[in-house]
Amino acid sequence: MKYVDEFRDPALARKVLKKLHEVVADIPRAKERPLQIMEVCGGHTHSIFRYGLEGLLPKGIEMVHGPGCPVCVLPMGRVDDCITIAEQPDVIFTTFGDAMRVPGSKKSLQQASAEGCDVRMVYSPMDALAIARENPHKRVVFFGLGFETTMPSTALTVMQAKREGLNNFYLFCNHITIIPTMKAILDEPGMSIDGFLGPGHVSMVIGKQPYNFIASHYNRPLVVAGFEPLDILQSLLMVVEQLRDGRAEVENQYARIVPEQGNLHAMAAVNEVFEVREHFEWRGLGSIAESGVKIRQGFEQFDAERAFSVATLQVEDPKSCQCGEVLKGALKPWDCTAFGEDCTPETPVGALMVSTEGACSAYYSYGKIDVHQAG
Amino acid sequence: MSKHTLKAATITMAHGAGGKAMRDLIDDVFVGTFDNEHLNGLEDQARFDLAALQQQGTKLAFTTDSYVVDPIEFPGGNIGTLAVNGTVNDLAVSGAMPKYLSCGMILEEGMPVEQLRRIVTSMKQAADEAGVMIVTGDTKVVPKGKGDKCFINTTGIGVIPDGVNISAKRCQTGDKIIVNGFIGDHGAAILNARGDLALDVELKTDCQPLHGLVQAMLAVCPDIHAVRDASRGGVATVLCEFAESSQVSIRLDDEAVPIREEVRGVCEILGLEALYFANEGKLVAAVPAESADSVLSAMRAHPAGKDAAIIGEVAEGKAGRVVVKTFFGGERIMDMLVGEQLPRIC
Amino acid sequence: MCLGIPGQIIEVKEGGQFGVASILGVKREVNLSCVYTPDQPEAAVIGSWALIHVGFAMSLIDEDEAQRTLEILKEIGELQEEMDAIAQSGSRA
Repeated sequence: MKYVDEFRDPALARKVLKKLHEVVADIPRAKERPLQIMEVCGGHTHSIFRYGLEGLLPKGIEMVHGPGCPVCVLPMGRVDDCITIAEQPDVIFTTFGDAMRVPGSKKSLQQASAEGCDVRMVYSPMDALAIARENPHKRVVFFGLGFETTMPSTALTVMQAKREGLNNFYLFCNHITIIPTMKAILDEPGMSIDGFLGPGHVSMVIGKQPYNFIASHYNRPLVVAGFEPLDILQSLLMVVEQLRDGRAEVENQYARIVPEQGNLHAMAAVNEVFEVREHFEWRGLGSIAESGVKIRQGFEQFDAERAFSVATLQVEDPKSCQCGEVLKGALKPWDCTAFGEDCTPETPVGALMVSTEGACSAYYSYGKIDVHQAG
Repeated sequence: MSKHTLKAATITMAHGAGGKAMRDLIDDVFVGTFDNEHLNGLEDQARFDLAALQQQGTKLAFTTDSYVVDPIEFPGGNIGTLAVNGTVNDLAVSGAMPKYLSCGMILEEGMPVEQLRRIVTSMKQAADEAGVMIVTGDTKVVPKGKGDKCFINTTGIGVIPDGVNISAKRCQTGDKIIVNGFIGDHGAAILNARGDLALDVELKTDCQPLHGLVQAMLAVCPDIHAVRDASRGGVATVLCEFAESSQVSIRLDDEAVPIREEVRGVCEILGLEALYFANEGKLVAAVPAESADSVLSAMRAHPAGKDAAIIGEVAEGKAGRVVVKTFFGGERIMDMLVGEQLPRIC
Repeated sequence: MCLGIPGQIIEVKEGGQFGVASILGVKREVNLSCVYTPDQPEAAVIGSWALIHVGFAMSLIDEDEAQRTLEILKEIGELQEEMDAIAQSGSRA
């Protein structure tokens, strides 16, 4: 078994789809208003568009594309900080490719690189550490972003830097946590989401238990889902079966990757290096309490925020941008006045147009006109 | 053959200054290697007998391209192989027989002469394989840091046989879309050769001349509608250009596209799409449906097309649109990229 | 959010913190800290499949669970076929 193609079997997918149609047909309220199911994770959004799943789903299901794209929700002020750091003459600024094109208030990292800053794309934080070893006379900064999935990798990299006694490696920590953000969405007045696909790769780190409040307190089903097309279809089926039966439970479709308790080694590393921030700013959603982490005492020498004393000015989201409403499911991307006019993948205004995982960018690139007309 | 020998180990500003150092470089490295009657005269221009060209066709094809690949040497080739085959292929996809190339080189001060010799030798080999002559050239040297080892521009001339009319504007509803083999090898090999992503995979560039293949296709179907080589921007970009230029809709069958497992691996790890990877020996053709099978057989019988496959068709639908049919019946739109593809983690 | 892909661990390097994973024929050095401790025998991970994210093996793949998921999917498929067959014969009658 290679754990990829087995979960892309088209014949099986057609049968699961058929079953999904039947279950939704058995839910009377889906005829009045489609069941809104939010896929929290941008990875799911990407798969849904990549495989053209949305067009195959019953009309009684409406996918709401959630906030789980760390690039999309990165506030402009933070991108500006990256540029300030990268502009220091002795700095090599390393980043995942995703962040290169994200606009700050004046420019993106790609533009900064064009203007002469030493900005390098890496696949792994360990590769940034290798650059620090090879360039002892430069300060090497790694731009750490992502949810709980990515936190252990940067935590372990910082721990490794400490073990090696490297004094020219810094982490600019912009990690964010998904639970407070889901809670913020659930607390929105008029929140109309009926169920959730839980982020599979976050869950392999944090486990299943942290979602329990969604079922117990908010009475909504959540299914931790994998990323192959069959995973997504099966997870949707599990959510609508719960809705049909009037259940609200946290279930795990992705058990081959996600153990119930998550990954204790990974969580231990995260807790050793990071602590919760009081607030973190999200593009489109505003400030959310305890939704980010920062570097703990004991590792402060690796903290780029201290070493470069960045200001993190709050930069307001552009007025025309309605990303927040789209993220909450209140508005469809094409209902936003900026969509496709001022805001396109070439010149993104709002967060959701920035990354290919952003709902607006996905609609614009993968299905713009049909969806637009249908809407 | 060459009268003067270059003894220097590295390129210096002197090699572009017009004096003896430059004469030695040109004589030894370029003229000595390319070695043909047009170049050996050392005039400021190559001169051709028009009548001889006119016997081979009715139209002249004329194209130019610049090569700045990094790294300049990679598994399966180097910037020289690319500079010859790339321009040969730009001619080939018009149905032309490529005849003559120019070679303009911009060298960065400090480039090892041995490396330059390797590249020039590769150009000669590629030119011989493609049956073209490099008949005129120019060399400039720029100070260290003002270039990146070596940039090459090649311009090519070819002759289009009478009656051939291949154009991106001629795609018609019903046409089958054919590609001549595995896609994305070159893009993935270059990404790998750069080394900064620390991947370890055995992949070679697919760099090869395509005019022999195009002629084999034309032999069984003189009315091939459109052909383009899928270099920068990959197969996806060519299809978008076809759809736009011909104002038709193209349906691509995701599952039918030949992609090597290793290229898929690079794509899965870095979150990239092979359809956008550059190729240097792949063409995409729109062929009338009734001739598609015979064209496909002719391609598979040719070494440059043995893994050819029909990957889609020109279908009813919105003009200018490329739709991908995913492997279990879903659909998505495929658009040109905004910029280059960047590796992603999310 | 978080691109991850299954890869097979084919080597554990000295010290046990790092190893090599093969992903569809592409090899890459990976950090094993989240799935392996050096006091374990190497056989505990060599040949195992793991979910690889940004050069880190993040979770060992549970083959039994993967089989179970596929079986459930197949059951859904078979059940669906039976239902369709019943519906078909019903409409014919």
